[in-house]
Parts: sequence; structure tokens; C-alpha cells
Amino acid sequence: MTAAAAPAASPATTGEQPGVRLARSRRNAELSLLLLALVIVAAYGATVEATVLDTVTPDFWVPTAVLAAVFLALHVVIRFLAPFADPALLPAVALLNGIGVGFLRRLDLARAAPEERETLAIFAGNGGRQFAWTLASVVLAAALLALMRDHRSVSRYAYTLGLAGIVLVMIPAVLPAKYSEIYGAKLWIRIGGFSIQPGEFAKLALLVFFAYYLVRKREVLSLASHRVLGIDFPRGRDLGPVLAVWVLSVLVLVFEKDLGTSLLYFGMFVVTLYIATERVSWLLIGLILFFGGAYLAYVLGGVIGGPFANFHLRAEIWLDPFADPYEDGYQLVQGLLALGSGGLFGAGPGGGQPLEIPEVQNDFIFAGIGEEIGLFGLSALLVVYLLIVERGLRAALAVRDSFGKLLAGGLAFTLGLQVFVIVGGISKLIPLTGQTTPFLSAGGSSLMANWLLIAVLLRVSDGARRPVTGVGGSAARPGGGPPEQLHGAPTEVIRP
Amino acid sequence: MPELVITVARFGFLILLWIFVFTVVGVIRRDLFAGARSGRLVAAPRAVGASTGQPQAKPAKVKRGRAAHQLVVTAGQLAGTRITLGEAQITIGRAEDSTLVITDDYASARHARLVPRDGQWFVEDLGSTNGTYLDRAKVTGPTPVPLGVPIRIGRTSLELRP
Repeated sequence: MTAAAAPAASPATTGEQPGVRLARSRRNAELSLLLLALVIVAAYGATVEATVLDTVTPDFWVPTAVLAAVFLALHVVIRFLAPFADPALLPAVALLNGIGVGFLRRLDLARAAPEERETLAIFAGNGGRQFAWTLASVVLAAALLALMRDHRSVSRYAYTLGLAGIVLVMIPAVLPAKYSEIYGAKLWIRIGGFSIQPGEFAKLALLVFFAYYLVRKREVLSLASHRVLGIDFPRGRDLGPVLAVWVLSVLVLVFEKDLGTSLLYFGMFVVTLYIATERVSWLLIGLILFFGGAYLAYVLGGVIGGPFANFHLRAEIWLDPFADPYEDGYQLVQGLLALGSGGLFGAGPGGGQPLEIPEVQNDFIFAGIGEEIGLFGLSALLVVYLLIVERGLRAALAVRDSFGKLLAGGLAFTLGLQVFVIVGGISKLIPLTGQTTPFLSAGGSSLMANWLLIAVLLRVSDGARRPVTGVGGSAARPGGGPPEQLHGAPTEVIRP
Repeated sequence: MPELVITVARFGFLILLWIFVFTVVGVIRRDLFAGARSGRLVAAPRAVGASTGQPQAKPAKVKRGRAAHQLVVTAGQLAGTRITLGEAQITIGRAEDSTLVITDDYASARHARLVPRDGQWFVEDLGSTNGTYLDRAKVTGPTPVPLGVPIRIGRTSLELRP
């Protein structure tokens, strides 16, 4: 009987092979999606040249090839370091980043004198700088994947990261305006011709801290509470540290006159609280506080001005941008006109007049692109963002530890909120607040921070989708028995 | 460049963008269904046939009908989490290296584990402070877990599902 059972066992293990194969890494799907994304980026570059230069230069493929090398390298890194990561994230981000670089190069072409256009160096101007930033960001993302082999290991540095986040947010506020102010917003560190925006990185650090702290305190937060007006409020001392971090960052940002980022931090904070405690009352409190605060700031800005004057002005522009279309409302009006003239299918890549919009390479890049690819193309880009956020939330749902859930959920939501804030601002749905469009806008800090965010999401999704192997990793081993028993040795030995 | 070429390129680019979107959606969709199917296809714990004594015909039926293929968290902070069961044991606790890491104030670092033996999953308490309960009964030794019966650990409830 034992002799019969032994051969019976080996077919059983081979019978499990389909199961093992089904928990596959889907890296090949990622590769083919990535190649498709790169083809689209190349097509974009070629169309731009055909429209602007009236000819396709023989080396139109060079920018795409450079990007392809960078992204494929990251793909290989993922193959080795995070084999079970989500297959849709990298291609989607690569597409956005590639179109961003392509559009910035298109702006460089438009800025150059007509006779210089054909010979315009590929690695010059904004487009060229964005190339360098993309390269640096992807290297950073790969380094993060290599350093962080398990997302749970970050939680060890949660307090350090929380402190680092606050310091990063505060540096520009403390620095003299000469080193930190660009267009009235004090949120930069400028050294020579080089400027970084520390708030972008602080976002990630603070989120790790929020996630770690809330995981540790979630029981107390949702159970030991006072009931006021039918809504449960947690005790102050449980919430203290998180509130302090949040109030500090928001105050600093108000001082730095960067409303967009403070809105982002506020949303991030409320949503992580909501995910941690599963109480809808947090969303209600957050929304009421936010709308109340915004309205109060608007009224106060109208009456006493001071620090709120900036917000009042922005709200006024939002309510009626055509009241002063050549001064205050100029940027928004130009953006709206661009979107309008783009219509349903756009003027074609390279066919618009993006230079009519001030700051088209940063905040208004979506309007600039929208003029050329129209509603049809813009909605495709928005769906790509949506898919990235969805994959992030999916990873949060699937991962098997609370810290990972909060981290991935918070990061994915933050990315989505940032897109909403800037696209909503450009399309006059909400008052315009300066934000970069993730992966599209020119600027290294934003690109790097968002690539790091994607690296964290990749790591969490790898942890979530990795097949359960017990502790001994026995799925990879042919005879899974012995390691399991070794692991359970203490109990097994003592009991009998 | 002739006008026609540019027009074709323009619309071709837009169509390519949407093709990309739908391909990504396709990959995601296949991914979802692959997950559901693997729940059915991952074999029951080892020696499922040997225990019934008729290795040829029975195992298939056992696999379809009664064997547990998923561990579902039904209550607590991880509610909704599913783990596809293979032949590896599942450890539950607050320790970071547990298969299911629960942050529950009433759970111990190494609280309990689920072990497959002869086609049946057994729950075993690992000397936790607050105990593990199978439905209402406290788990003292390795106890077989029927399908759909809640295992309670602190505020968390787990169930085996086919």
C-alpha cells in the first residue's frame, strides 16, 4: 500500500503544475504591452515631425530608442527583482512618460527658429532635460526595487521618514526667497541653475509614516472614541502625532503659497484614515472641513486679503475667467481656448499652437496636448491614469498585510487625486492650483517622485501576487514536505 | 508631406492610443479570471486520493466537491483577502513573516497555523495568548476544519472555501 501510494504521490505533484503555472508572473505580457507603448511613442514623434517640419527626419526614432533602452532595462530589473509585480503598471507609465518627453520636444521644435528646426539636437532644451530626468528616475526606481526587497521593511524607518518628510517640506519655507521662490510659490530649493521641489518627495515619506502609524493605532482609533452628533471621533492623544504632522505640513504649505500640494496632503491624510478605520465619517468630516475651509479662505481673502488673497484671486478667476482675459485669467483662458480648438479629434500632434499658453510645459501640459490630440486622445490618457490607479488599489486589496494595504491604497489615491486636481483646474472644474501632471510635466522632482511611487506600487503588487508558498517557499521546491515540517519543528517536537 | 499622410498619422495615433488602453484592459481582465481559475485548479492538499483508497476515480470528485481551495478572511481588518491554498501550510499571526499578517490587538505574533494533511486542513494553535476558536470551540490540538466554518482569531474570522 505504501509502495502504491508513493507513485501516486508523484502524479499528484505533476498534476499541480498547472496550478503553479497559473500563478505566473505575466512578465511577457508586460514586455509586449511595453513594446506597444513604445511604438505609440515613436508614432507620436514621427507625426510631430511630419507636421512641424513637413518631413520625417531620418533619426526620428532616436528619442524613442533611448527611452526604449531605459524602460526595457527597468523591465529586466523587474523580471529579476519583482517577478510577480503587476504587468500593467510599467507600460502605462512608460506611455505617459514617453508622450510627455515627445510633447516637450515638440515645444522645443516650436520655439526654435524655422531654419534650425531640422537640425535641432535631440538632447537639447526642455525635451532633452526631460530625457535625462527620465533616465535618472528610472535608475532611482530600479534602485528602490533593489533596496526594498519587501515593502514591509520600509515600516522600520517610518518615524525617520516622517521626520524627513517634515524637514523636506519645511526647507523651502525657511530658506530665503532668493533660493526658494519661483513665480511666488516658495517650494523649491535652488542651487545654481538647478532646482528641486522637496515637497514631491515628502509626499512619499509622509505617506509611509501615516500608513505605519495608523496600522499600529487603528484599533484604538476606531474603538476608543467619543460619539458626538452620531459621528465617532477618536481620542486626541491617539490621533495627536498624525494630526501634528498634517497640520504642520499644511501650515507650511500655506505659508509657501502652494495650495495644490496642501490639498493633496489633506486628501492623502483623510483617505489613509478612511482606509485604516473603515469609517465613512472620516470622508464626511474631511469633505466638510475641506469645503468649509476653502469657502472660509475665499471669504477671508476677499475681506482681509493677506495670506488668503492668492486663493481669493484664484477662486475669482475660476468663477469667471473671461472677466479679465488678458491679465489674471490669461493662462486659464488660453488653456480653455486650446482645449476648445482641439475639439473632438484635435489638430493632430504638432498641429496646435501650444506656445500661446503660458507654462504649457508644466501645469498646462494637459491643455497643450489636448489641443493636438483632442477629447478622443485626452480621454485615452485619462483612462491610462485611471488604470494605473486601479492597479494600485488592486494591489492594496490583494496584499496580505495592513501596512501594505494602507501604503498602496494611499499612494494610488494620491496619484489619482493629483491628476484630478490639475486636470480639474485646467478644465475649470475646480479652482486652478499649481500641480505637475504626473509623468507628463517637465520637471525632475515630480518625475522622480512619481517613478519612486510606481516602484513602491510594483513592490507591493509583487508581494500581493506572489503565490503563497508558506514560510519555506515550498512551491518552488519539488517535494514541499520537509521544509514545512522543519519550520513547524518546535510545536511538532514538543506535542508528541 | 502630403496632407493625406498627416491625416492618416493623426488618426492612426489616436486609434493606437485606444488600442493600447484596450490591450491593457485585456491583460488586466485575463489576470482577474486567471486568479479565479487558479482557485479551482490548484490541487487539493497532497495525498487526497490516498485517503479515499480509490486513487483513480475519486480524487476528481473530491476536488470538485469538498476540498478547500481558498482561505477567505470574512471579518476583521483584512476582510476580503483571499489566499489560494496550495500544499504549503499557512501561518497566521502578527509576525511579519506570517503568511497572513494580522494586525489585531488580540492576536499573538505566531498565533495559529493551517496545515494540510491527507486532503484535510487542520488548524493548530501555536500557544497564543487569547486562543483560536473554531466556530465556538476553543482549538487545543490540531483540529480538522470543515468548509465554511469560521476560525476566529481575535477580531478576525477566516473560512475555508471550495
